[in-house]
Amino acid sequence: MKELSMVVLVKQVPDTQNLTGEAMKEDGTVNRAALPAIFNPEDLNALEMALDLRETYGGAVHVISMGPPSAVEVLKEALYRGADDAYLLSDRRFAGSDTLATSFALKQAVTTKFPDFDIVLCGRQAIDGDTAQVGPQTAEKLGIPQLTYVERIEEIKDGMIKARKLIDNGSELVETTLPVLLTVTDSANEPRPYLAKRLLKYRKAACGFDLPGLLSKYPQFKTAEALREHLKQKGLFIEMWGMEDIQADKEEVGFAGSPTTVKMIESISLTGKGFKKVEPTDDGIAQFVAELIEDHTW
Amino acid sequence: MNGEVWVFAEHDWDTLQEIGIELLSKGRELADELGVALCGVLIGSDVEKHGPALFEHGADRVYVCEHKSLGAYDTVKYAKVLTDLIKKHSPQVVLYGASARGRDLAPRIASKLKVGLTADCTDLQIGDFKRPDGTLFQKILYQIRPAFGGNIIATIVTPTTRPQMATVREGVMPTPPVQHGKTGDIVREAIEIANLGNVTRILQREKKERKVNLKGARIIVSGGYGVGSRENFSLIYSLAAALGAEVGASRAAVDAGFIIKDHQVGQTGTTVRPKLYIACGISGSVQHRAGMDQSAKIVAINNDPEAPIFGIAHYGIIGDLNVVIPMLIEDIKKRRVD
Repeated sequence: MKELSMVVLVKQVPDTQNLTGEAMKEDGTVNRAALPAIFNPEDLNALEMALDLRETYGGAVHVISMGPPSAVEVLKEALYRGADDAYLLSDRRFAGSDTLATSFALKQAVTTKFPDFDIVLCGRQAIDGDTAQVGPQTAEKLGIPQLTYVERIEEIKDGMIKARKLIDNGSELVETTLPVLLTVTDSANEPRPYLAKRLLKYRKAACGFDLPGLLSKYPQFKTAEALREHLKQKGLFIEMWGMEDIQADKEEVGFAGSPTTVKMIESISLTGKGFKKVEPTDDGIAQFVAELIEDHTW
Repeated sequence: MNGEVWVFAEHDWDTLQEIGIELLSKGRELADELGVALCGVLIGSDVEKHGPALFEHGADRVYVCEHKSLGAYDTVKYAKVLTDLIKKHSPQVVLYGASARGRDLAPRIASKLKVGLTADCTDLQIGDFKRPDGTLFQKILYQIRPAFGGNIIATIVTPTTRPQMATVREGVMPTPPVQHGKTGDIVREAIEIANLGNVTRILQREKKERKVNLKGARIIVSGGYGVGSRENFSLIYSLAAALGAEVGASRAAVDAGFIIKDHQVGQTGTTVRPKLYIACGISGSVQHRAGMDQSAKIVAINNDPEAPIFGIAHYGIIGDLNVVIPMLIEDIKKRRVD
């Protein structure tokens, strides 16, 4: 069997699951600046599944992240964990992309850069939007089947994949054809930690926009171009792709390619309508239970 | 743009899923406001039998897409059938459950039709939208959902594409009243999927019965991190037993290992709307509140008077739950004997 070509789509997200007091502003809105940016948790499960498949079947694990330049951090983390290579899909003209426009850009990236892919993997959903839409929409744009909520790959053989996936009231063992897109749940596996050797190597990885600032650390190179060549040879250069690199139509990405519009954002604030105070005494409790009975709540 | 309002009526294990019925209640409101018909859509091999239930819960019309090869759910085939149906009849709104299946199917269809889709809505309304360039869109669908881990509520609109589509969270819309004997039109659709073989085959299914029925519970007693330990959760169980209630928990209690995730109420757990919700030792994070703030009566027991849970409570008991809960149990037991 030919080795597997796998593409893992990952996202850098604000850590919405660990909000602290400082993460909320006085007016109750979210203070994005105070939130740590992290590797979307279920995308780590997707990466782990790909690395695991590589161990079983051989092949390559390519990682793509669409986002602002800061997303290069999650790409480096993917390299620390064992990804073969990582790419940043970033262009100002992608700003404002909803799930449909995002899936179009991701599809263009996959088909222009890895036309012979076998499996695209991504997390079930991202913790900032919780939509779980980009996976299925990317599969549709790629014209391939999708398996969502995947927990385990049982077998890949003769162009077919057998996997166990979660459904609403249980699980299913399903079989479909390659190429396929999988969305992976957090119950699938325990992502491996950074590998020390890889951390030492890849923490020096850099993207094009890093180069001018890095020249002082590499006095042997006079120009950013020379440094780029050096890093490339060492496998430490993270390519950044813009709209032209993936041959995307500008009408399909960014605001133009996004049918949804945010009309209004409200911070959740407490209604503060006041509650009836129950004294923690025998009488207080008895009175309270009597009221519940009286209004037929209990 | 005066198309119908559609509800994708999910069925599985040969039964109609609750979520489809829930969607009809909101769908009815939207259809009445728009002055159009409310329609259910059934896709499968033997599904016309579910039609009457959809009529009795508010549908005016039911589209039936039956074919022997549609017996088992297959994303690619179902997406093709429903996309073709939408193209043929041009509804203005299509609603899906935010279930595993709805969230598998709806994005695929949105991508095919190149229309917007809002995930996991907790409310839907009809209203006007003025774009920054001044263009006014009248009577469009407001798709309202929590985002950013439940810290904000966003209202999303899709002014220029049709249909307007959304998945709707389970358990947030009330089940509509049954109108016994109400009927409507059945529209049987011819299905052309001859050239579509089985894309994904289901080899085996395992049904896991949910032992914890939070959604159906009329009373829920929930414990949080403040309960302190797995052992101390017996207090929560005792109060629940005395009241005839189900046991819930906050994410913090689940993460701490006090109780299994099946009991979790909130954004990443189950959304509930019981008659009575008693929150014990739960501070009330936005994520938790998003999953229970529609409860008819909320009682908070917490020794921290500043806990956010008091902000949405109807009754508040500021005190140590280890003292308050036994007092409650004793009082309830006394009344039972009476």
